[in-house]
Formats: sequence, C-alpha cells, structure tokens
Amino acid sequence: MNLLEQQAANRRRTWLVMAVFIALFLLIGAGVDLFVIGNGEVFVPLATAGAAALGGGQAYWSLQHGDRSVLRSTAAEPVGDRLTRATTDAERFRYRQLQNVVDEMAIASGLPAPRAYVIPDPDPNAFATGKDPAHASIAVTEGLLDRLNRDELQGVVAHEMAHIRNLDIRLMTVVAALVGAVLLLSDWAMRAMRFGGMRRGRSRRGKDGGGGALAIVLLVIWVLAIMLAPLIGRLLALAVSREREYLADATGAELTRNPLGLAGALEKIEGVHGPTASIKRGTAHLCIADPLGLRIDNREGRWADLWATHPPMAKRIARLKQMAYAA
Amino acid sequence: MTGLLVGLGLVALVVIWVIAIYNRLVNLRNQKENGWRQIDVQLKRRHDLIPNLVNTVRGAMEFERDTLTAVMDARARAMAAGGPADAGRKEGELTQALGRLFALAENYPQLRANENVKMLQEELASTENKISFARQFYNDIATKYNIARETFPSNMIAGPFGFTRAELFEITEPAERAVPQVNLSLGR
Repeated sequence: MNLLEQQAANRRRTWLVMAVFIALFLLIGAGVDLFVIGNGEVFVPLATAGAAALGGGQAYWSLQHGDRSVLRSTAAEPVGDRLTRATTDAERFRYRQLQNVVDEMAIASGLPAPRAYVIPDPDPNAFATGKDPAHASIAVTEGLLDRLNRDELQGVVAHEMAHIRNLDIRLMTVVAALVGAVLLLSDWAMRAMRFGGMRRGRSRRGKDGGGGALAIVLLVIWVLAIMLAPLIGRLLALAVSREREYLADATGAELTRNPLGLAGALEKIEGVHGPTASIKRGTAHLCIADPLGLRIDNREGRWADLWATHPPMAKRIARLKQMAYAA
Repeated sequence: MTGLLVGLGLVALVVIWVIAIYNRLVNLRNQKENGWRQIDVQLKRRHDLIPNLVNTVRGAMEFERDTLTAVMDARARAMAAGGPADAGRKEGELTQALGRLFALAENYPQLRANENVKMLQEELASTENKISFARQFYNDIATKYNIARETFPSNMIAGPFGFTRAELFEITEPAERAVPQVNLSLGR
C-alpha cells in the first residue's frame, strides 16, 4: 500500500467511524424515547434528536479539537514552556534536543513542524495527535527523554512523524474522543433504563402489555446495544491500531535512513515498560508502545490480533533489524 | 452534427488532460524548489552558528589556533561559493574542518564538561542533520519530478513547456557521511 492509498483509506475510515458512532448515538437515543419517555407505546423523538445533535456535535468537535483534549488528559506541556522554566543546563539541553529532533524529522518528511510536547511521566512512551499535518502535535514522556540517546529519540519521533504523514493521527484522535463519548452516553442510557423500568412497573396495571412482541424485540436489541457500545468502541480503536504500527515503523526508518535507532528505542522501551500512568485507556491506541502494559501485546494468534492495540514488540524490532541488514 | 459534437468533446478531453499533466509538473517543480530553499536556510544557519562555537572554545583551545582558523576560513569560502556544485564541495570541506575541531575538543576535559559547548555541538549536529535531511527530501522530490518529466505521456508536455531536468545531490565524499556520527557521539 503506498502513501496516497493509505491516506485515502484513512480518510474513508475516519468518516466510517464517525458514521458508526452517530448511528450508535441515534440507536441509544431512540431507545430512550421509545421505552423510557414513550413507555413502549408512543414515539416522541425527543431523545433521538438530542442524541443526534450530541453525536454530530461530538464527532465534529473531536475532529476539530480532539487533539487538545487528548493532550490535556495526559498533562502534556509544550516543550517551549519547559525550556523557559528549565533550571539546569542538562534540562535545557534535553528539551532543546527534542525540539531539534522534531524539526529534523519535519524537514525529512517535507511537512510543517508539529508542536512538541513533554508529558511528566517516568515511563518511556510517545504519541502523535492532530487533525492534519498542519495542525499536529508530538508528545513524549520525560522517561523517554531520560533513557534514549539521540539516534533512538530520532527513531521514535520519525515513527510519530510517519503517523502524521499517513493521516493516522486524525483517525486515531477521532476514535479516542468518540470512544469516551460513547462510554458516557451508554452510562446515561443505563441509568435512564433503570429509572424507566420502575415507572413501567407502576403503569403496567392499567394497560394490556402495550406494543407486544415487536416492542420486546426492540427493547432487547436496544439493551444489547447499550451494553455492547463500549465494546464496539474498543474494537474500532483496535482495528485502526495494529497494522499501522508496522507501517509507521517502516516509514519512520525511511525518514531517518537508520532503522537501528528505532529498534534500539523499542528495545529500551520494552525493557522498562510498566504501565504509563498518565496515559488513559481511551488514548492507548495512539501510543508507540501500549501504555497499559498489557501482556497480550506480546502474544500471537487470532485472539491476540483482535484484542491487543499493538503488534508484538519482538516482531517490530526484528522487522527493523531486517531492514538494517538488507540495506 | 453528431460528428462535430463528438469531435468537440474529444478536443475538450485532450485539453483537460494537458492541463492536468501541466499542473502536476508545476506542482512538483514548486515542491522541488521549496526543498532547495530549505537546504539554503539550514546552510545559512550553520554559517551563523560557527563564530559562536569558535569564540566559546577559543579560550580553552589556545594551542589549536590553526584548526580554529581553518574552520573560519572554510566558512568564509563556503559563504562566498557560487553555484550549487561549488557550494556542495566547499560545504563538504567546512564539514570536515568542523569534524577535526570536534575531534580535537575531545582532548580538553573542561570543554567536554562545558554545557555551553555541549549545547553548541548539539545545535551544529542538528543543523548538519537538517542539511542532510533537506537534501534527502530534495533528492526524493527531484527524482519524482524527473520521472514525471521523462516518462510517457507527461514527457510530451514537459518538453514544449520547458520543464528542465533537476540536478540531484550526490554524496561522493565518504568523509561527509562519516562526520555526523563523530558529532553524534560527542553530543551524547
């Protein structure tokens, strides 16, 4: 798959993901109308309209500002701010080097330089986010700056730059923001259901059971949708994540012309990798290494392929080393 | 009547096709020229950084006056270079002179510990990386442009509209490839 095909595929998938999420919102909203407000008999599309507006608004907002909310959730700070507040020369050197490496990779890829951020977390990790290459950010943890040498840092930044160039960031950021929204909505719907269930119990006496079999089938579908919504969100996040890690590794190596830099970085990250505390569940698929420290990432087979956000580290390192020896 | 319409339609199609290829070539040429300017920007930045470095290390490296002078002379020659080929050669010489300076600086513990020197070395190493990445990008885009210029059918448009062949950088001196590595090990 070449770059243009990859970009086109990412654009398509972004729209698809947003459509699926809006459909999910509508389903949940319609259910609230039918079973809670309308009591299974009348249909007043109040919650449906609300959910449509909320879903559409959320999708639009996540596309425009998703990157900021992702950065804020990790407490990331612009490297420029860090640089001005740095007290020791060693700190200044470190932040300056990060800024330099980001600028180098922007030049190598021929894109505008992304904003660089530092996350105050001792675990080594990094991610990129943003709407498009002109509005992109790269964030790395303090732990990463601590442990990697210049070549390795360059490899990691090149990997993130590859995500930016392939437009992976847009899709991943939208998914991150929408997964959070769906979790919230299904939570509300669950509460409404409990509340509605009580009311229904009281009003049942005077009526003949209402809409009959159809209403019950719809109710079952609706309840299933609410319970499965977080799962669907998670699966969507996974589907976008695994394959493109390999691709970003390869593109990154092409940018630096030094696959061993990234290979060395991945080895070090693998070596110290505990959970990255400041990176939340919803943003896990954005990162260079799974921040949750899940063991399943290192297994193979169909089950692991379905659930892990990242391909096995050993496999990624092996592929990079192969590139180095082939060159 | 129908024949006339079909004929007109075909002419319109050909015109649209020519416009599309022409625009693609112009777009590639602009990207290529932009890449070229980026190299220039970074070379200038390196020229600006060198006096800082020389002034900072001068006190400690009193006995290496020849090396320092060689760097400043190489810089002056590179700044006065005319044309890409000449500039390429003289920038290569400047890179070598800098490499010698950094190698000698390793012998001075007070320089190795000096944060100011470290920072300047980082800036120079980064600028040299930027120069080579800018060249790499330029070469990639210029190759794309050349391929578009020479392959059928776009070559039929490129010739008459004066799209000339783009020159590529060739890194022939092995020293130029080796130097960034010396710098990197110092910067660590």
